[in-house]
Amino acid sequence: MTSLNTYRAGPDERGHFGIFGGRYVAETLMPLILSVEQAYHQAKDDPAFQAEFRSWLKQYVGRPNPLYFAPRLTATWGGAKIFLKREDLNHTGAHKINNCIGQILLAQRMGKKRIIAETGAGQHGVATATVCALFGLKCVIYMGATDIERQAPNVYRMKLLGAEVRPVTSGAATLKDAMNDALRDWVTNVADTYYLIGTVAGPHPFPAMVRDFQSVIGEEVRAQMLEAEGRLPDSLVACIGGGSNAMGLFHPFLDEPGIRIIGVEAGGHGLDKLHAASLTGGRPGVLHGNRTYLLQDADGQIQEAHSISAGLDYPGIGPEHSWLHDTGRVEYVWVTDDEALAAFQQCTRLEGIIPALESSHAMAHAAKIAGSLPQDHLMVLNLSGRGDKDVNTVARALGDDFGGSL
Amino acid sequence: MSRLAARFTKLAAENRAALVTYSMAFDPDRAASQELLNGLPAAGADIIEFGMPFTDPMADGPAIQYAAQRALASGGTLKGCLEMVAEFRLTDTETPIILMGYYNPVYSWGPEKFCADAGRAGIDGLILVDLPPEEADELLPHCWANDIDFIFLTTPTSDDARLPVIVGNASGFVYYVSIAGITGTASASASAIGDAVTRIRRHTSLPVCVGFGIKTPEQAAEVARLADGAVVGSAIVAAAFDAKGKGENPARAALALVRELAAGVRGARG
Repeated sequence: MTSLNTYRAGPDERGHFGIFGGRYVAETLMPLILSVEQAYHQAKDDPAFQAEFRSWLKQYVGRPNPLYFAPRLTATWGGAKIFLKREDLNHTGAHKINNCIGQILLAQRMGKKRIIAETGAGQHGVATATVCALFGLKCVIYMGATDIERQAPNVYRMKLLGAEVRPVTSGAATLKDAMNDALRDWVTNVADTYYLIGTVAGPHPFPAMVRDFQSVIGEEVRAQMLEAEGRLPDSLVACIGGGSNAMGLFHPFLDEPGIRIIGVEAGGHGLDKLHAASLTGGRPGVLHGNRTYLLQDADGQIQEAHSISAGLDYPGIGPEHSWLHDTGRVEYVWVTDDEALAAFQQCTRLEGIIPALESSHAMAHAAKIAGSLPQDHLMVLNLSGRGDKDVNTVARALGDDFGGSL
Repeated sequence: MSRLAARFTKLAAENRAALVTYSMAFDPDRAASQELLNGLPAAGADIIEFGMPFTDPMADGPAIQYAAQRALASGGTLKGCLEMVAEFRLTDTETPIILMGYYNPVYSWGPEKFCADAGRAGIDGLILVDLPPEEADELLPHCWANDIDFIFLTTPTSDDARLPVIVGNASGFVYYVSIAGITGTASASASAIGDAVTRIRRHTSLPVCVGFGIKTPEQAAEVARLADGAVVGSAIVAAAFDAKGKGENPARAALALVRELAAGVRGARG
């Protein structure tokens, strides 16, 4: 493993984390991307902007949310002390809202009147529609037709919030294709539109900006763990699609050498079948504005991902994760659909908390390793979202009749 | 002199603009797209853009998106694209060919090896929509080492501060994307195109070719009066596709349109 003095200095001025990241976008978008970068730099250094961001997080999102000690998961897994970072308790039910508050404030500073976004599970779409309602901005959400079908409750929530949900039918009609159409919209409406990207991916400055807005997760965990246990955690575990909840938890701890950090990708049906584990099963390539690990064939054509969790169903990953993978600072592993489904049920029955299928991936990996760790090992699991949106999918996977007998 | 420079010198002597055509390799299949490619010079194409299919064509409208899907479904690969150009070169050594597409297949091949292989196949230029000047430095030296012009795109959002950044490393010609948008959709007005071309020419002495939204011989003629070349893509792709749907020969239908476009461009400066 390469040992660096700091893992928190990236990206460089061109938006690169090692060979990853960058700004691989159509020329039409370049001036706008550069102006987003400039606006973000000014906002980042502006105490008034930061104060406003923190105020909305407190008053509207409900932060800080708890770092909850999970006694029955701890007892059942029989090793490490398990703490759940309760992003599921945020307004709108997931970590996505943290980033949306930050970016909507930036879009306002830039004078943009129309907001577009892509969504997979619908959590980012709901969060974007929410902040657009809050600030009175027009909102268009691109969502794959496949995802619209499996995330129907979130689609209706977005409509109630006043957003227009545009179904995307190209490709596999999931998150990747929604991102293509959002980019096509942006290039066409470049003057008045802001693209509110939902994860730590896309062209610079989005990976760094989204990470910064999500870092409130890790900053709170640090303070909360010090208060609860008088010391920092020993390990951090989070699920990764694009990787924003994971980056938000990990980034404040990257330079703490004693802390084991684990990102959990979606292994779908297994790595020899359809999956969404870009780091384990992919190789570096260029898509959606950045260089990163991608699922692709020998000719550089992008492959369809699969995960039971719509939010992880993406053939790429944020570029900073690719860099952390290659430097060895973060361990990246994967779990299957079935393992995530089992963890979903276990958490629900043992803690009375229905986790998102995305977060259930992190939980499934924690379940595998917690028992072999000592009882004074402090493990933080990012419970990135609540699972209400997934009950249809889970019922179908378990063979239950959701409509009638439940 | 490169094929592109030679072609523009010849066109200048004839006092006319170039008709630049775009068609997609392997759409609807390899044989039909080779027939179309081979027939383009005789139909009046002065410069050929040859589309490399990609799964995620983010800058393209529906016509070229679906063309890429058809091309991939019929077995389209980057290696196949180079083989088709090599075959074209057996009968035509003068018409410049530019490969157009997205960066990932090229990056996957390896920029250095790809440029060497492309040069050997007889390729004269590259347009990679998602490789702006900020990221092009890892590819440019390999292009130049193999006498391949890297064609940079300018757009309605390219202001006087941005243009020098774009044209600084340009060679071959400068492409003006005449609308803020995707291929095959809206069309810009003649006055907007004229103003933009005038502005771009203040920053470069390279020829300026205009594309996006040019569909008819009349539009091509109008652009040919304002710029050094008119690029037509989606309309040619659509003509081939429509013909196939009617059970007709797609290459012949597309070439018929190219002949009309060429007549428009050649008559433009009367």
